[in-house]
Amino acid sequence: MSLHKSLAICVPAFLGLCLISCQPRIPKDALALSPESLQDRHMQTRIFETTDEKMLLTASAQLLQDLGYTIDESEVPCGVIVASRDRDVTDAGQVLGSILVAVLTGAATPVDRNQKVLASCVTKPLDDERIAVRITFQHMVWNTNNQLTKCEQINDPEIYREFFSKLSKSVFLTAHEI
Amino acid sequence: MSRGVVISSVIILFIFCACATPQKHILETKESQVKLRSMQSRVFDITDRNRLLRTIIATMQDLGFVVDKADETLGTISGTKRKGYTLRMTVSIRPRGENQMIVRSNAQYNLQTVEDPEPYQQFFASLSKALFLEAQQVE
Repeated sequence: MSLHKSLAICVPAFLGLCLISCQPRIPKDALALSPESLQDRHMQTRIFETTDEKMLLTASAQLLQDLGYTIDESEVPCGVIVASRDRDVTDAGQVLGSILVAVLTGAATPVDRNQKVLASCVTKPLDDERIAVRITFQHMVWNTNNQLTKCEQINDPEIYREFFSKLSKSVFLTAHEI
Repeated sequence: MSRGVVISSVIILFIFCACATPQKHILETKESQVKLRSMQSRVFDITDRNRLLRTIIATMQDLGFVVDKADETLGTISGTKRKGYTLRMTVSIRPRGENQMIVRSNAQYNLQTVEDPEPYQQFFASLSKALFLEAQQVE
């Protein structure tokens, strides 16, 4: 076999091996505090003037149930409640767009179908009079081809504001045994 | 190089690829147990187990994790960070002598084990800042 032919076999084989070893690595800052972390903490935290941590956790669990979440995990000694919710997020506009593209190009484009929202609600006593409640939401969205299209933290301040306004109400209702 | 040598090399390569059965990956790690433990563990001068666990949870939330599980009895916290990628991490604590605790974390980035020391150093740096304590290497 000529040198030319050997090269024709070896070069693609070498490139193939390189591709196999080039798996994406963990981003450099994945476990480092980001400049936004303080701002996120403010957005996700509210302080309640109470010493009754159990009552706050109960009110949070009640609120999560009000919002249609199911509790996946809880550990009262650490002040943790983990909950999730699955929903159909099919959007009429997106479906219409996909149909138009299919008519024009003949190829069907997938649209978003289901969403899973994960929430962890954590209480932390700050001193003898105050307890902080921090809620974090993340969501994942899958399309009609079952591919994951979104997988990220929810950063809309309005969602957090609404959650805490409902939590204040829930604390009141729980305290009054409603 | 003869044609036979090239063809047989390719066949051998394919056989090796096929040998990597899923079972082989169950207990596989790239680094030694001792090296992994040393990069994933730090010692803190603290005895308050509950305060340590709660601070670990707060640090994980600061880093963008959602807590998946917490167990005070066993002393473990697991969480996931989703940011276009999925980073799962378990942090465990255990006492060391009378006055110290060992904190150990291990992470999985998408489908790979994180065996690079840098992310762990960053995690322990954030945790020691939150605890107002210095993270010491396990000796």
